Amino acid sequence: MQILRRNLTAYGFLCAALACFTVFAWYPMVREFILSFQKTDLINEPIWAGLDNFKTAFLDPAFGEAWLNTLEFTLLALLCGYAVPFVVALVLNELRHARAYLRFVVYLPVMLPPIVAVLLFRWFYDPGPGLFNQVLDVLGLPPLAWLDSSSTALISLVIVSTWMNMGSATLIYLAALQNIPPELYEAAELDGAGIWKRIRHVTIPQTRLILLLMLMLQIVATMQVFIEPYMLTGGGPENATVTVAYLMFQNAFTLQDYGSAGALGMMLMIVLLVFAAFQLRLTREDKA
Amino acid sequence: MISVGARAATGRKRGRKRSPKPIEVQFRTIVSPHQLNSRWGRRIYWLVLAAVLVTFTLAFVFPLYWMVTGALKTPEELAQMPPTLVPAEPSTDAFFEAWDLFDIGTLLANTAYYSLGGWVVCMAVDVSAAYALSKLRPMFGNVILGMMLATLMIPAMVVLIPLYVTVVDLGLLNNPWALWLPAAANGFNIFLLKRFFDSIPRELIEAAQIDGAGPVRILRSVVLPISRPILGVVSIFTIVTSFKDFVWPLLVMTDSDRMTISVGLSQTAGAVTQNQIMGGLLITSIPMIIVFFIFQRHIMAGLTAGSIKG
Repeated sequence: MQILRRNLTAYGFLCAALACFTVFAWYPMVREFILSFQKTDLINEPIWAGLDNFKTAFLDPAFGEAWLNTLEFTLLALLCGYAVPFVVALVLNELRHARAYLRFVVYLPVMLPPIVAVLLFRWFYDPGPGLFNQVLDVLGLPPLAWLDSSSTALISLVIVSTWMNMGSATLIYLAALQNIPPELYEAAELDGAGIWKRIRHVTIPQTRLILLLMLMLQIVATMQVFIEPYMLTGGGPENATVTVAYLMFQNAFTLQDYGSAGALGMMLMIVLLVFAAFQLRLTREDKA
Repeated sequence: MISVGARAATGRKRGRKRSPKPIEVQFRTIVSPHQLNSRWGRRIYWLVLAAVLVTFTLAFVFPLYWMVTGALKTPEELAQMPPTLVPAEPSTDAFFEAWDLFDIGTLLANTAYYSLGGWVVCMAVDVSAAYALSKLRPMFGNVILGMMLATLMIPAMVVLIPLYVTVVDLGLLNNPWALWLPAAANGFNIFLLKRFFDSIPRELIEAAQIDGAGPVRILRSVVLPISRPILGVVSIFTIVTSFKDFVWPLLVMTDSDRMTISVGLSQTAGAVTQNQIMGGLLITSIPMIIVFFIFQRHIMAGLTAGSIKG
């Protein structure tokens, strides 16, 4: 009797969350699956379409490019967004002055709404009076076309993305670095390890778990990149910045083809889950 | 009192004369204190510090300076090459024009309403769920928690479209609940709150039970007062996230008088001059910068609390 009452109260407290999760988290996951096998435009009754949506998505001329761009964006963003914050955190951790200022400043862009960063950089990238070309001019370098050239557009997006996101990774690494017991460094030093060896054999092994975790989080985050291409390039020039998420958005909300967007979403999800599973195995091996 | 102060002052003065003040080391890092305070160590240290300070200021503060001065310049001055470092005739006209053109008053009010409303809904839903899972321990509690956490593995972009379809089916377009309810289904908040509630000693709850307090009373009078730190962190992150959100409000709040500020700016940005855009961006940034100034400590603590142990 008492157990029943306890369960009833507990589910009373849980019911709001259960309703929210059921309707807005669990059901959409199932719906995603159903959607990718249906033809639906939200006006007419959905029709069962089998694998047609996957075929449509596959035959889209931008399909291959979107995946390549997403992959390239992820790799570039990892190069900048993953390595840079770690190095920055290493350096910040060595500094004994202005720590509060530096931490504040590096996190500042993370606080700004992404639209601010994106519109601000759109202006910096302006080929005429934009800040970046003016700086290049002062340095005596030739101007770049930035967002208007298919060779620099993607890297321009990566720069914006890194600028507005690197603060959180940096602070997380900084906290991880501060948790390393100082005795380890002392011991390494007594054994004659130089600075590079101390980083290699103390710092990196000690922060390995957080490094792996952040790697996974960043891959998942950057593979979904959307606001940068949406606001800055509209996928152009010549599809150079069409990403999978952008293509999905286009299919759904410009072409009203929710089915093929759902199919693309399924593919993206499968790729990301494979990454996640791979990562999980890595961390588990690490613990064993 | 006076003599102590005087002695300290002379001591400091004498110290400075003898040798440069050693760099204080409170905690050991990669570079040892000894290395750091050697002659070359010190030189390199100050060089690196200066380089980092300059780089960080240029990379993270200068863009914002450029935004502020951009808003203060006239369109003619903005088009000028090379650009002026300081506005020749600073004028705040762009702010007022931006305020009217973007209808920023309405947009800000909308965004504030959505953020604060979302915060209330999110806290009510997530705190009670975490409390139930942590202290009332129902049957299948762990299964439910596991399923809630599993939603974190699904990338947000992937469920965007089915979520949108669901919201359309429910007729919630242009209704703030379309922002609030999906935001309340936040497995990470529940996880953070539950972990904190788990650390509240059982004896405290039992004592309250003996005094005749029911579950609601225990939540209100025992659990919530103790949990203020974590409630603060979760609150700030919930409000900041919903203020910054772009894609979801872009889809569900499409009426121009119901848009959030981010969406409103993105829709109108093509039709106005550059200094007006910058004015609008600055006005949009100010609330978040103020929040950051006030809650800096909580935000940074929350950032690491969530990730390191999680």
